[in-house]
Amino acid sequence: MVQDVIVSVLLIGGALMSLAAGIGLTRFPDLLSRMHAATKPQVLGLLLFLLALAVENGSWVLVPILVLCWIFQLLTSPVSAHMVGRAGYRTRHLQRELLTLDELDDIVAKAADEVDGRAAGDDRARTAGTAGSPAGQDDSPTAGPPDRSEA
Amino acid sequence: MTTVTYLVGGILGIAAALALYRAVRGPSILDRVLALDVVLAIIGAALVLDMVVNRHLDHLILLVAVSLIGFVGSVTVARFVTDRK
Repeated sequence: MVQDVIVSVLLIGGALMSLAAGIGLTRFPDLLSRMHAATKPQVLGLLLFLLALAVENGSWVLVPILVLCWIFQLLTSPVSAHMVGRAGYRTRHLQRELLTLDELDDIVAKAADEVDGRAAGDDRARTAGTAGSPAGQDDSPTAGPPDRSEA
Repeated sequence: MTTVTYLVGGILGIAAALALYRAVRGPSILDRVLALDVVLAIIGAALVLDMVVNRHLDHLILLVAVSLIGFVGSVTVARFVTDRK
């Protein structure tokens, strides 16, 4: 009886995590905030569901397998989120007026400045006006194709 | 316990419908990848729900496989995304 109550609470909690992710995906304005919502069922929701399975099963034999499953998700989900966020930043799938802090912008501008300086290595000195506009600098040094069109 | 099963199934269905709405509607391919990742997480949750309700452990390997598919898919799409039409 107590076991059933615990399992029910854990299951409903995990399902509410999924529902929060669904609502967040539908209502949030841009890619980065949607990524914030999408991580809930991947980590915490899965943890609650696996705990429900462990409590319902009631044996310690199962626990290492469940821990392995959760650790695997815990290792892969930040990597894929990093890749998606990086691609979204480079292809400008974000609304800059929603950001409170963009630390990467200075670094990208500085790196683009260095690339510019190296390209204009001969005495054709470039005027310093190019470094001012952050949205115009999209040739970051390590990026693949520079994408100029707005989505 | 039956009530809880239907309740959890209903919540998961609503969540999957909302995520699929974003996957259909999403303005960019990254939004779609993100929404389909959430759909995969909900599918994993449904697999665990089935294991809890029917008291078996057959879907554990499917759970690992689903998370692996989500990882490989989203990394691949994010690697090759461009905006050129």
